[in-house]
Amino acid sequence: MKELMIGNAAVARGAYEAGVKVVSSYPGTPSTEITESIVKYEDVYVEWAPNEKVAGETAIGASIAGARAMSCMKHVGLNVMADPVFTVSYIGANGGLVFCVADDPGMHSSQNEQDSRHYAKASKIMMLEPSDSSECKEFTKLAFSLSEKYDTPVFIRLSTRVSHSQSLVEICEPEKVELKPYVKNIQKNVMMPANAISRHVVVEEREKALREFAETTPLNAVEDNGSKIGVITSGVSYAYAKDALQDKVNYLKLGMVYPLPTNLIKEFASKVDVLYVIEELDPFIEEHVKGLGIKVKGKDVFSLLGEYSQNLIKKVVLNEEVDAFAPQNLPKRPPVMCAGCPHRGTFYVLSKLGVTVSGDIGCYTLGAVAPLNSVDTTICMGASVSAAHGMAKARGEEFNKKLVSVIGDSTFIHSGITGLIDIVYNKGNNTVIILDNSITGMTGHQDNPTTGLTIRKEPTKQVDLVALCKAVGVDRVRVEDPFDIKGFEKAVKEELEVNEPSVIIAQRPCALLKTVKHEGYYTVNSDKCRSCKMCMKLGCPAIIFEDGKAKIDPTQCNGCGLCVKVCPFTAITKGE
Amino acid sequence: MTKNIMIVGVGGQGTLLASRILGNAVISEGYDVKVSEVHGMSQRGGSVVTYVKYGEKVHAPIIDKGEADIILAFERLEAIRALPYLKKGGKVILNDRKILPMPVITGATTYPEGIVEDLSSKADVIALDALDLSIKAGSPKAVNVVLIGVLAKSMDIPKETFIKVINETVPPKFLEMNLKAFELGYNYEG
Ligand SMILES: Cc1ncc(C[n+]2csc(CCOP(=O)(O)OP(=O)(O)O)c2C)c(N)n1
Repeated sequence: MKELMIGNAAVARGAYEAGVKVVSSYPGTPSTEITESIVKYEDVYVEWAPNEKVAGETAIGASIAGARAMSCMKHVGLNVMADPVFTVSYIGANGGLVFCVADDPGMHSSQNEQDSRHYAKASKIMMLEPSDSSECKEFTKLAFSLSEKYDTPVFIRLSTRVSHSQSLVEICEPEKVELKPYVKNIQKNVMMPANAISRHVVVEEREKALREFAETTPLNAVEDNGSKIGVITSGVSYAYAKDALQDKVNYLKLGMVYPLPTNLIKEFASKVDVLYVIEELDPFIEEHVKGLGIKVKGKDVFSLLGEYSQNLIKKVVLNEEVDAFAPQNLPKRPPVMCAGCPHRGTFYVLSKLGVTVSGDIGCYTLGAVAPLNSVDTTICMGASVSAAHGMAKARGEEFNKKLVSVIGDSTFIHSGITGLIDIVYNKGNNTVIILDNSITGMTGHQDNPTTGLTIRKEPTKQVDLVALCKAVGVDRVRVEDPFDIKGFEKAVKEELEVNEPSVIIAQRPCALLKTVKHEGYYTVNSDKCRSCKMCMKLGCPAIIFEDGKAKIDPTQCNGCGLCVKVCPFTAITKGE
Repeated sequence: MTKNIMIVGVGGQGTLLASRILGNAVISEGYDVKVSEVHGMSQRGGSVVTYVKYGEKVHAPIIDKGEADIILAFERLEAIRALPYLKKGGKVILNDRKILPMPVITGATTYPEGIVEDLSSKADVIALDALDLSIKAGSPKAVNVVLIGVLAKSMDIPKETFIKVINETVPPKFLEMNLKAFELGYNYEG
């Protein structure tokens, strides 16, 4: 039976059919739906971990204990997980161990455009790269058996278009996989210098074996169309190239991007006059090909930036242009905080106070866009707290009196708590605002340790943020409602004033949560509206300014009432 | 030949469901298909684009400039933004709604005038108020199904196939309303 599935669901299906037993991940676009899709396979243990490092280590433990295990993350998640990855390369795998990493060329939802393939090379771990949903399933299945056969973790590399495109997948019965025995093996599993020295030898031997495997595996396939132009490509770039060039060129499609084959490439290159490498982001394959002394066109004709497409490839390789209507200069439509978003109250106040905001990653990063323009910095998850600590140490107390960190609940647990410990331990006086909207919002509503529910929606212990902050030594911890604008402003001012670290928990659930009830909508009484534009400062997508008056779009408004509180003329009232 | 349908709108408008219904209708007819979705940041009120491509064999998951046979637009500005993707001679189905983007709301720029006229001078355009038809069907929430109805009329896929897929996709409690919305769209005379 065939089913239409996004690449991420197909990876989950592949893992299920391969008998995966433990899956631990931290969400991150475009990888999130892999782990979410595992939920429907009831006999698989699946969880959201507090961060990628914990998730990866959980999978590693499960593998050592004899189970097939997987961890999935976005590209920057692999940075967080990198520490265990480099060492588990030496330990290898007992039960098959798969790390799925999704890159985001074009940065649809990311803070950088890094190319994860470098990690495969740096950590000496093999990497497979599917180009559609069907391959997502097949490659994932294969990854588990290759992992066990070669005693290595295996990377699956995805990209946004592969992760989020639906195509047809053949559904098969799951394999019956028994737990492998757990045998204590100090030489293999305890990575202290004496043991690691001998494991490194094993890793290099494994590399050799995998390089040989790369020469013959059907994952790497030549498609000879008798052309004098050759294209080496992989992943979604293969799909674009096929669309653009059809059978006008020969293809070497690499399903395994680390380690790369040598003889296969040499032989393929010898049969063509012109050779291209078509790969998004970095010249990873290209540098390997050049290292073999082969002349190849790559980043000299293709971009290092963003996504590719069929037209782009057609233009470069065939010099064909497409006849299309010219793009016009139109207003952009950037993402915005939703109507009713609790973060809006926080940023309205911070913007009003004109404080420096050390920001973080989540829906609240949107506090940086007009008209709020509130956020000063965004680096990576957790950095709002630690970077503000550095700012305060650099510029002193006066600067710190007008400096706050903002960080979401999920992000705080992910890696904000360590920064807070640093502040307390090293006698900082920072003010940290935890934006507790009861969910991991940005990535599409995942539960986390502060929500009290597991990924399967089973009730569980809930991290008490107040108690947690107090336990690390913050004495001033208060919970405030960001929609109580006056109260919230007072709280921020007071905490900035004191000479000790403080935490304000801005608590109000995400407006998109099903448990949040919306009570109708509001409307502007245009007779009372004096066109002061105070409500426009909120940056609410439901409030527009037309014919000299504010107006509320009833189809967008969800009745949060924040605008009522900022209107000095009581012009905003409940709609009919 | 592949057929390319591009669905554009504003994050939160329900374009994802429309592309899923369309994708499943197309596979019921035995075609190869790719449907490319948007998840993540742009779902928060940004421009969203999904692609549905079908034919004997579909390779690239995205539709490039000059390739779309039909653009199904949930909003006016997004329709004109997508125009470079339309094949010359292609068709635009437009839900004639205006949602102001933040740069317009803040006054940094203005919402362009004359979009429907501009589109009509370049393409075959069906413009309708799908919200109005959706409300007629019994709920303002079936705009996407109304638009799928209009689209179905312009496609080479039997109407019954769409009805079957809607039956399979929509929860029973909303089925009657959605089928009515589909019919209102299907029978819409531009
Ligand atoms: C290392 C890393 N992992 C994952 C992500 C993806 N990501 C971006 S924001 C976010 C979570 C945001 O949740 P929260 O902090 O609760 O804020 P909210 O979006 O709910 O406001 C995640 C998982 C990332 N950017 N970096």
